[in-house]
Amino acid sequence: MHIEVRGLNKQFGDFQAVNDVNFDIAKGQLIGLLGPSGGGKTSILRMLAGLETPTSGDIIFHGKRVNDLPPQERGIGFVFQNYALFKHMTVYDNVAFGLKVKKAAKDVIRERVMSLLELTGLKGFEHRYPHQLSGGQRQRVAFARALAPQPQLLLLDEPFAAIDAKIRTELRTWLKEMIERLGITSIFVTHDQDEAIEVADEIMIINKGRLEQKGTPWDIYKSPQTQFVASFIGESTIVDQVELLKGFEEAASWPGTKALIRPEYIEIGKRNEFRLPSATVPGIVKHLHFRGSEWMVEVMVGDIKLITYRSLEKDVLQPGQEISVLIHRAYLFNDNDTWIMENKLKEDPMPMHI
Amino acid sequence: MRRLWITLTYAVFLVLLIAPLVKIFTGSWGDGWSGFADALTRPESLHALMMTGIIVVVVTLLNTLFGVMLALYLVRGTWLGNRLKAFMNSIVDLPFAVSPVIGGLMIVLILGPSSALGTFFEEIGFKVVYALPGMILATLFVTFPLMVREVMPVLQEIGAQQEEAASTLGAYSWYTFWKVTWPSIRWGVIYGVVLTVARSLGEFGAVLVVSGNIMNKTQTATTLVYQDVENFNVSAASSVALVLAAFSVGLLLLMEWAKKRKEVH
Repeated sequence: MHIEVRGLNKQFGDFQAVNDVNFDIAKGQLIGLLGPSGGGKTSILRMLAGLETPTSGDIIFHGKRVNDLPPQERGIGFVFQNYALFKHMTVYDNVAFGLKVKKAAKDVIRERVMSLLELTGLKGFEHRYPHQLSGGQRQRVAFARALAPQPQLLLLDEPFAAIDAKIRTELRTWLKEMIERLGITSIFVTHDQDEAIEVADEIMIINKGRLEQKGTPWDIYKSPQTQFVASFIGESTIVDQVELLKGFEEAASWPGTKALIRPEYIEIGKRNEFRLPSATVPGIVKHLHFRGSEWMVEVMVGDIKLITYRSLEKDVLQPGQEISVLIHRAYLFNDNDTWIMENKLKEDPMPMHI
Repeated sequence: MRRLWITLTYAVFLVLLIAPLVKIFTGSWGDGWSGFADALTRPESLHALMMTGIIVVVVTLLNTLFGVMLALYLVRGTWLGNRLKAFMNSIVDLPFAVSPVIGGLMIVLILGPSSALGTFFEEIGFKVVYALPGMILATLFVTFPLMVREVMPVLQEIGAQQEEAASTLGAYSWYTFWKVTWPSIRWGVIYGVVLTVARSLGEFGAVLVVSGNIMNKTQTATTLVYQDVENFNVSAASSVALVLAAFSVGLLLLMEWAKKRKEVH
């Protein structure tokens, strides 16, 4: 289902939960609504479902305005954060609910429910009650229940939030495959950037009720359009006086400009390890943190503290050790503008020093 | 010292709860089986028990219906402002705070023969005060909070999400209520019904004021017991009281059972 949202607003009393949000979603896409808690993601999802009424704006499904349609008639499936399974019904009855409402024939219901249980790997559990299932199984029941009436749009509110970390990654992959196989347009809400990046075809970053940016995970990572997006996606350090770093002196011509530097923009090592030693600056290792698969290194360049990662394969550094630091690029921003600046010394292999 | 306290506690329990029950029992059997049977088969006894029966049935039905609906509106309703809801929520407890006698008096003042409303109803041939409708109204007033207070916390605890899930699956409110909400609240409702029956069975003050206690017309079992005692007809009073007490004990057992089921689900 093609979805259009125009000028969507939602107010709860004085609180502006959603503020002039516009977007288009093409049929069959899997979209992640990503942002901090309380940013309005769930409100947007609930308005799409018809569980909440927009203060103003239009929601258009398939070219038809659905604002005045109740949730019963929108042709959507909704997976709630805590699954909201009917706790006094068996797994079978939970999944069959949407079909029974539509008064489908008994054998049609049976066939559809059994094929969904097969698809979600819940075969053999049809007579269990929700409280007899694990978190992951409940999530899959909720998913099967939402899919049973063949919705055109699947909405998932923090679908993995209540599941422990290990199973969460498994379920993510499973859900992505499942949705791809079914080809159903889906929108899910999450506050976990890894989840959004891993699962979604496109991400919409929502902050303080506004849509900050919409794009593929790679686009958003590569060219963030606002400071919020840059700091929310990936890890980063904010540097107040970027003009003090070698190669970024030009930044001084925009007073009040700060820089955001990601760990992966920074390379550290012995001076002779670099192809362009002239572009490096000396630094001192301040702290080392073991992160399971790599070292997280805090390094001081002058008074500026930078964070980067270092492979376990390389020589182990010691706190206090002097090393060379190469900063590949920085993401600059001030009140009016945001842009990416590459290290000027890196671009010019034969820098002229006077 | 500890033994003394244990003995004292049991003594209080015996004197307060067991002794009266035993006394009612022996009192009603003081004249043997025939005395007990005669006391109960007096026309005024049969009539009073019938009145009590009618009041219990009608009040329980009305209270269940409107109590569940009010609980639903107070917890789930979105069209009421939050402040109005909080106000209504506190008003629901009014009958707990007001003495039943005063509740009855209010009904007499509003619907009695000397009031405008009362005269209006009397003219169309519908007597409210000193008749069955007034007695039902008075009992309803006294029992109203019981159902609402039982159902509201259950509704709050289960939350609206299961109902919202049902709506996204295409179910409208009536279907959702019976298939999703009702199974969750039914033990609360049953508990509320038991409380309402017990309370309306034993209601005295409000009914006494509203009914006028006219023998064979507006007398209930409790007001009959009162009148028998006034007339020094103790064994007759005990017999009727024993019937009421037996019902109450039965209800208590039912209540315990309902409470257990409520906790399980």
